[in-house]
Amino acid sequence: MNGNGDGPVVVAADVARRYGQGETAVDALRGVSVEIERARLTAVMGPSGSGKSTLMHILAGLDKPTSGTVAVAGTEITTLGDNELTKLRRRHIGFVFQFFNLLPMLNARENITLPLTISGEKPEDGWVDKIVGDVGLSDRLSHRPSELSGGQQQRVAIARALVSKPTVLFADEPTGNLDSTTGNEILELLRRSVDDYGQTMVMVTHDARAAAMAHRVLFLADGQIVRELGECNAHRILEVLEEIAA
Amino acid sequence: MISVSLRGLLGRKLRAALTGIAIVLGVAMISGTYILTDTIDRAFTTLFTESYAGTDAVVTGRGLDISIDGESPPNPPVDASLLDTVRGVEGVALATGTVLDERNTKILTAEGKAVSSEGAPTFGFGIDTAPELDQFNPLNVLEGRWPASADEVVIDVGTADDQGYSVGDMVEISTLQPKRSFELVGVAQYGSLDSLGNASFAVFTIPAAQELLDRQGQYDAISVAANEGIAEDELVAAIEPVLPDTAKVVSATAEAEDQVDEVNEFTAIFRYFLLVFAGIALFVGAFVIFNTFSITVAQRTREFATLRTIGASRRQILGSVILESLVIGFAASLIGLGLGVLLAEGIEGLFRALGVELPTADRVFAMRTVIVALVVGVGITLAAGLFPAIRATRVPPIAAVREGATLPKSRFAPFVPWVAGIAVLVALVVLARAMFTDELGTADRLLSIAAGVLLLFLGIAMLSSHVVRPLAAVSSPIGRWAAFAFAVLFWPLWLLPYWLMRYGAWGPGSAARRVGAFVGGALLNPLVALVVLVMWLRRAVTSWVPEWPAEFPGVVPDRVAARTGGENACRNPSRTAATAAALMIGIALVAFIATLTNGMKVSNREAIEEQIAADYVVTSLDGYTPFVAAAGDALAASAVPELVTSVRSDGGLVDGNSAEIGGIEPDAIAEAYVFDWREGDESLLATLGTTKAVVSSNYAEDHDVAIGDEVTIRSTADRTAKVTVVGTFEPPPFYPLLESVNVSRELFDSLYDRPRNRWTWANVAGEPDDGDRARMEQAIAGFPDTQLETREEWIEREDADFNQFISFLYVMLTLAVFVSIFGMINTLVLSVYERTREIGMLRAIGMTRRQVRRMIRQESIITALIGAAVGLPLGIFLAALVNRALAEYDIRFAIPWVQLVVLTIVAIVIGILAAIMPARRAARLDPLRAIAYE
Repeated sequence: MNGNGDGPVVVAADVARRYGQGETAVDALRGVSVEIERARLTAVMGPSGSGKSTLMHILAGLDKPTSGTVAVAGTEITTLGDNELTKLRRRHIGFVFQFFNLLPMLNARENITLPLTISGEKPEDGWVDKIVGDVGLSDRLSHRPSELSGGQQQRVAIARALVSKPTVLFADEPTGNLDSTTGNEILELLRRSVDDYGQTMVMVTHDARAAAMAHRVLFLADGQIVRELGECNAHRILEVLEEIAA
Repeated sequence: MISVSLRGLLGRKLRAALTGIAIVLGVAMISGTYILTDTIDRAFTTLFTESYAGTDAVVTGRGLDISIDGESPPNPPVDASLLDTVRGVEGVALATGTVLDERNTKILTAEGKAVSSEGAPTFGFGIDTAPELDQFNPLNVLEGRWPASADEVVIDVGTADDQGYSVGDMVEISTLQPKRSFELVGVAQYGSLDSLGNASFAVFTIPAAQELLDRQGQYDAISVAANEGIAEDELVAAIEPVLPDTAKVVSATAEAEDQVDEVNEFTAIFRYFLLVFAGIALFVGAFVIFNTFSITVAQRTREFATLRTIGASRRQILGSVILESLVIGFAASLIGLGLGVLLAEGIEGLFRALGVELPTADRVFAMRTVIVALVVGVGITLAAGLFPAIRATRVPPIAAVREGATLPKSRFAPFVPWVAGIAVLVALVVLARAMFTDELGTADRLLSIAAGVLLLFLGIAMLSSHVVRPLAAVSSPIGRWAAFAFAVLFWPLWLLPYWLMRYGAWGPGSAARRVGAFVGGALLNPLVALVVLVMWLRRAVTSWVPEWPAEFPGVVPDRVAARTGGENACRNPSRTAATAAALMIGIALVAFIATLTNGMKVSNREAIEEQIAADYVVTSLDGYTPFVAAAGDALAASAVPELVTSVRSDGGLVDGNSAEIGGIEPDAIAEAYVFDWREGDESLLATLGTTKAVVSSNYAEDHDVAIGDEVTIRSTADRTAKVTVVGTFEPPPFYPLLESVNVSRELFDSLYDRPRNRWTWANVAGEPDDGDRARMEQAIAGFPDTQLETREEWIEREDADFNQFISFLYVMLTLAVFVSIFGMINTLVLSVYERTREIGMLRAIGMTRRQVRRMIRQESIITALIGAAVGLPLGIFLAALVNRALAEYDIRFAIPWVQLVVLTIVAIVIGILAAIMPARRAARLDPLRAIAYE
């Protein structure tokens, strides 16, 4: 939605990330190059320790690569200072977390509009209401997170991520803390926001059913992208995962 | 963003409240101090302006310019004939003469002892109460009328109320004449003032006052009113030429201002004294706030990181945390400001308990009080919250996706020990400079000491995180067994009602006492029953297996719980250290005062014991103001003691410098007083005559006087004598009983009109016995302001007076200790909150509620013990330093072991008390929810 032209929204080139030093050093990523396409849901899969979370953190500007470059909406982010990164996050990046990360003292509405509050923008007429309606929270707006179920909390979190119309939305194991029924509802909601609003989204998951909702699935193992699939079913994804593990 | 921050604050009400209390108490102390001292100031300003409302100029005798300890003697009287002279001056409309004596008029209680004034003036007035002269009269008669004859009197309403005297009663009053009975014909007040503090007054007719106060044919002051249209200055100028050299005239405005200034000077000292304690409380409060904010920020790491990921800048995070401290600081300061009104009453009550009545008027709540309280309260909160706020901005956004994210180490963390070390070093240098540099002014010295101590505390607090582990290892068993001992000692309290009831039923003692005990016991009984019932019900309802037979008092040291508690204390050493530091300051200051004053007490006792050889000591009731010389003569006349000797005392000028002059009896003094001669010996005393003097060695050094020098003594009665210094003696500097310049009593009595004794000493033949004593007391019964004590009794009382002052200091320091207790509670509550999951896990694997409570308690006690372990030596060290600085007073250094042990026990009790609430909260956690908690 935001961003320039039709090219990829996020471009990572030869990204490597090493933690620690000397003999105990761990290479979480070893030269990953990837392009995230506009208005598509890209899933990143891989076994534990494959580097999928690290990749997402680096793409989102939460972590810096040891080498390589990352551009979000045409801006090279690996060299940005904290203030520029903050501005970039406001305009281009949204997050959905595994543990929801809502502010406990704010009610649902306040949590949703928080990004706008922070950036000092006025919510666009009807936009907040539309999102709230779409995520199905119209009657829960005055509730605090502690009064909401896990699924409802994640809906609030998704609405919060969508409200600022970010160029790219990163979802980190969005169903990891939910039961399967609720998880499915959340996944459908995410997919709908890609289809209906044209929201670009990157989702890190180790749940094959979640990945099956994506337009494209990237498989990571040992810090490298080893496979890539287009839209496919969970069964196929599990097969690939087993191939990788073997 | 502002609303986010405020909502966050609302969501943590308990924490905010506990944090705020640290500031509330300190600010309350500030505002209370200002309210109290402003009120006193106002009372006196009103007093003096009202006194001179109808007066334009005042004529008095010309006094000497003497100032001893900041006090000047009253002006001498003028001849009564001067009144007519003044009345004859052109421009004078009205004039009246007044007799006014500040200290010799003692109203007696029904038991015949003087009403104690604790050193405040006891005024005796002779006032012309003719209606046309009413404008000069500062007093208002509230009930009855003014005295009309020599055997009538009016006294102040305060004394009349306290003593239960009412109009028509006969009241005994002692003056410079032997005590006499007067008919009370009225009660009066000074201007519109309800109370003059401890001061009292008695109003006589002028002739009666002149006779009673030994001022025949004299007035102490002539008040003058000018004709219409004549300014004060013109009036002064008109009167001046007709006055003799011995008299002077000043305008009423100038006179009132002078007196107001004098009082303001005193209240300013008082104010600073109280503000010091407010400062201490606030300093401790700053630690508490710093600590609370640090912990809260650490716990909110995830929250800050989330805010960062959705676009909050560092500046916004900083702003939100600062806004929180601003709001807490402001709210706490406002509450403190209001609480100050109560505290002012409290401090006043405290002084009243010490026997010091402060003058009262309507409470003054000045704008200045509000501003200072708010600025200081908010300022300190902001300053203490700044560092944690900066740390909050260091939280990286990625912390939002990490589980159990912790605050990154501050960039400066590696330098902290160095900074702390340097702070301690600088503190020591500053302290040493303050203590041992001679040419420093008092203000500079005090400021340096304050700054040094402040820095020392900060440095030690920063360093103390490094000693937490070893100290905790030592404290752990102490804490464990202390809690046990505490429980064992206090467990029997449950049985108190039964004891009381048993005593009521069968015990000895008066009927009233027994009935009281029985009723009290019976009332307490259901209370205890209720507590037991509630405890039992809770057990029953929550279906916890009662464990008490196995661990009867409930705190038997328990390995698992206590050890976990101990280890928890070490888990975050810097947090434990900061919590302990708040308590450390309070304990260090108490230990400091305990040690220093213990040394003073020892020195005091030694000084007295070294000097006094007499069996009995006669002093005034308050023990220090001089009393009527005739009392000593009466004791001598009784012939009961073998030897009676009096020491006269009054102020004067020696070679133009203010000094206390003493008059001693050359042939007897050495029997009662032990001179420590530096130059000369006892044989000198016999040669004193009226031309020689002995001086203290301090005086000789300070004023460069040597043996053989001639000095000129000028008395307040403006008579002079030249004396040669023939000897110097060296009294213990801490408490010299003799004055610095001593002449023979013969010479002294010729210099002063109304000589007074500071001491009268008496020796009896053989051992002192009760018969002698009774007869001696009989002999001085006519002097109600005096008391007779044995040497031992007198020393005991000196000790007791001193103890009272120390108790006052302790009470004031309690405030700071209080603040630190809240700090401990706060830290524990936050720790419990932080460890919700962990505690749930411990409960899930079988830790009982009791064990959870014990665990928290152990952590608390260890923290308190660490505070004591660091605070006690620090306090002793500071005492040693100050002791060294006061070397010229020769104060002993004596460690008060008993007090220090008590202080350690107090610390443990504080630990136990602080843990009550947090431990209950921890024990209440439902294990299931605690584990599910995210």
